[in-house]
Parts: sequence; C-alpha cells; structure tokens
Amino acid sequence: MIRFDEVSKTYSRKARPALESISLEILKGEFVFLVGASGSGKSTLIRMVLREERPTSGEVHVLGQRLQALPSRRVPFFRRNLGVVFQDFRLLHNKTVYENVAFTLQVIGKSRGFISEAVPDVLKIVGLAGKASRLPHELSGGEQQRVAIARAVVNRPPILLADEPTGNLDPSTSAGIMALLARINEGGTTVVMATHEASIVDSMQKRVVELDAGRIMRDEASGSYRRQLAAYDDEDQDADEGAEVRA
Amino acid sequence: MRLQLIGQEVWNGLRRNLSVVVSVVLVTFISLSFVGAAILLQLQINQMKGFWYDRAQVGIYFCGPVDATETCTQTAATEEQVQAVQDVLASGAIAPYVGDVVFEDREQAYANFMEQFGGTASAEFASPETMNEALRVQPASPADAELIREATSALPGVLEVRDQQALLDPIFQVLNTASLAAIGVAVLMLVAAVLLISTTIRLSAFSRKRELGIMRLVGASNRFIQTPFIIEGVVAALLGAVLAAGSVIAIVHFFLQGYVAPMLQTIAIVTIDDALLVAPVLVGIGVLFAGVAAAVAIRRYLRI
Repeated sequence: MIRFDEVSKTYSRKARPALESISLEILKGEFVFLVGASGSGKSTLIRMVLREERPTSGEVHVLGQRLQALPSRRVPFFRRNLGVVFQDFRLLHNKTVYENVAFTLQVIGKSRGFISEAVPDVLKIVGLAGKASRLPHELSGGEQQRVAIARAVVNRPPILLADEPTGNLDPSTSAGIMALLARINEGGTTVVMATHEASIVDSMQKRVVELDAGRIMRDEASGSYRRQLAAYDDEDQDADEGAEVRA
Repeated sequence: MRLQLIGQEVWNGLRRNLSVVVSVVLVTFISLSFVGAAILLQLQINQMKGFWYDRAQVGIYFCGPVDATETCTQTAATEEQVQAVQDVLASGAIAPYVGDVVFEDREQAYANFMEQFGGTASAEFASPETMNEALRVQPASPADAELIREATSALPGVLEVRDQQALLDPIFQVLNTASLAAIGVAVLMLVAAVLLISTTIRLSAFSRKRELGIMRLVGASNRFIQTPFIIEGVVAALLGAVLAAGSVIAIVHFFLQGYVAPMLQTIAIVTIDDALLVAPVLVGIGVLFAGVAAAVAIRRYLRI
C-alpha cells in the first residue's frame, strides 16, 4: 500500500532534515499510529503520502504508484484514492453536513444519483444520520470530526490518513472517534494516524511507528505510545525541544 | 450537476466581489472603446485614402512667359512642347500607368481659379495671362502618380509637376497619428484591465481559499477548480466588451452617420457596417484577454 525507501526531506531554510532516511512499509488493512513530538516529521510523512511534498531523496510508493514519477496533473486523480482527516476538521461553514460530504463527490464528478445514495449511507456509518441538514457550527467538535471522516471515506478510498484527528477533542469524544476509525479499518481500509495522545495509542494496541527528529526510532506491531524503557522519556524530549529553539 | 455547480461558483464569486467586478467591467469597457475607436479611425483613413486618391490628379504645368527655371526660358511653352509631353504620356512605357489626360488652357485655368478663389484678395491680381497651361493627368492607380511625375518633370517647357496626393498626405498623417494615439491609450488601458482582472481573480480565489484547499484535498481536477474563476473573469470582461461594442455602434450610428455625415457630404464616413465589423473583434479581444489573465492568475492556487 505505502512504501518509503530511504526517504529524506530537507527544507532549504533548515539545516536539520525534516525526514532522514525513512524506510517504512505499510500493508493493506493495517492500522498504524505515527507518534512523536511536534516537529518529529509525522505531518511531513503524511504530506508525502498525499504528494503535497516530494522527498529530497529516496522513493515513495503509494498504491503501486511511484509518486516522484506521477505528473502534477495526475495528482488530483491519485488523491481520490486517499481519504484525509485533520485536527481542524476543515469543513465548509456555509454548507450543511450533507452538502459538505456531497461536495467531495460533486467536485470529482459523481452523478447525482450516486451522491444521493452514498451520502446518507456514510452519514449513517459515522452516526450522523439525523443531522444531515445541520450546519457545522451547530455541531459539537466530535460531530464535526465525524463529518470530516464521512467526507474522507464517502468515496471508499483504500487508504485513510488522519493527522491528529483527536487533537481538538476531549477524551471521551476521542474514544468515539477512535472506535469509528477502528470500524473503518475493519472494513479493509488502511488507516495511518498521526497522534501524540498516549492513552489512545495504548488502548488500541496497534502498530506504532515512532519518529524523532525525522528518524524512525521504533516500529512495533501492537505497541504502546512510549517505549517500555523508562529512562528515555522526559529527558530526551527536553533535549529535543532545546534543539528546536536553537534552530 | 457539475455544470450547475460551476455556474453556482461563478455566480457566488461575482456577487462576493461585486465592486471589483464592476471596476473590471468599466475598465474593460473604456479600454475596448479605445481599441474600437482606433480600428474605426484606421478604417476611416483607408476609406478616405481610397476616395481621395482615386480623384487625385497629377498636374503638369507648362512654362509661362515670365517663368525662368531649368526647363523654362522666360518664354511660354510652345504647342510642340505640349504635344511632346502628351506623346510621352501616350508612349508604350508610360501609357499603362496613365488614365485620362485633359488639357487645360489659360482661360479654363482662370475660370477654375476664380471658381475656387473668387472674391479673395489673390483673385484681384489674377488674369488669364498669369495662369499656366496645364495637363490634368489621372494616374491609372494612386501609386502611379510618382512615375508620371518622374517621366515628365524634366521635359522642356514643363514648369512643374504637382501631385495632389502630396497635398492630402498631411491630413492622413494627422489622422494616422490620432489613431496611433488611440491605440497607445488602448494598450495602456488593456494592460490595466488585464492586471485588474488577475487581481480580481486572485481576490476571489483568496476568499474561497478554504474551498479550494478542500477541493484539492479530495482530488478535484485542476480544470474543475480553475473553470469557475476563468468564467468569472470572462463574464466580467464580456460585459465590458459588450458595452464597448454597443457604444462604438452608437457613436457611429448617432454621431458619425446621424450628425457628421450630413455636414460633410463630400467625405465618406465609416458606416454602421464597419462598426458591426468592429464589435465582434472587441468582444473577442475582451474574452481572450480576460480568459488568459484569469487562467494565469489562478495558476498559483493549482500548484500541487
């Protein structure tokens, strides 16, 4: 599904690379957490899967496509195979729940008939069947994120990318969102989720890839948020933040 | 569905930036009006050239008894000399370039002069004796006038060969300069219009940044994203172009044909047919420029 081969990314302004020699393979149907401090490269990695960024060196393969070889005008069609959810929901405020989800299908040219079937279906899956005509500001944060998830999966993409989807939500709401993502994953969708919420990672017991300063520190099947070595934790993170301030 | 969606986007965009859209319409209107004026002026010049050059003659004036130049010896040109010039005009080498040739004696020249200048101060000193005999030569085409002048000006007994076209040239030069000035203003205004259109489109795109981001995220094709913006620019420019075309037609119809033409009956003025020819050109220029300007302006938002 997703393969990174020795991928590095250097921004010209920063001396320190955002990603350094990342090699990673994510298989079909996996649920993978990307964990690590802010600035560790989680978002860059997700943006590379979306081909919003290109690696400085190395190769990224997604869904059998070598992304460097993908011409820009094909990128929109490639992205139709990826669902994306963000911390800030990114909904259109002047459109209802139904319209927000339908908008995705409209802009990729789906027929009216398809839209009128697919949208109510997906709203039922995310648990918003009765709120189709609400506007985003009339919903709670958790509900808004459910709309965003509905929008991401309405086209049944094989991969769902989630960048801190629970970052703005309280723990019990987060649990609901995680249950939804787990359900989507059970349906066969590969889910890649960046987060730094330890309790979520620990409770799910899924694969964990930990990034630190652009390198993969560990890659464990059914891992937890922190490495089981107690000594690592705070000290190391402090040092890391110090480094960032200097940069 | 998509067409409806695009139409809705265009409408929203136009409504949201109404004041800027109005300024685009006005600037396009003014600039294309100048373009139209310049084209009409050129048409007018061509029409007048055709009209006057067809009537412009070459006058071959013969020596009078008081003229002393290289070819005149203070004696009036003899009949043989006049005949010799006429023979040259009728000879094989020159004849194809010569139309009608009319001889004008002193009495006729005096009559013509009095008709033109009778009652003025210069007419008081005129008499048939002060006039020169002349040949009025109609060139086969306006371009042949110079040839006739070269062939006859050095012949004995010929005082001067005057090409009437040369008298008209300053008039055309003035008109030509005016049309160049109109083109200059038109180009400046068009530049302003193009910049204004691209600014308007950028503004419109900026106000829809969130939608554009989501569109790109979910895989809307570039064409789908840019089409509403290009249509938006084209619609605004089209309004301006139609206004400009309308005003050009109105000016020709009401001012030139309705007011100027009856006063200047000897001059052919551009007609409503010419204006109807110019109108689609203006609309075409407006649409093309707006489309290109909008497409370039929106490109930044399509970069992936």
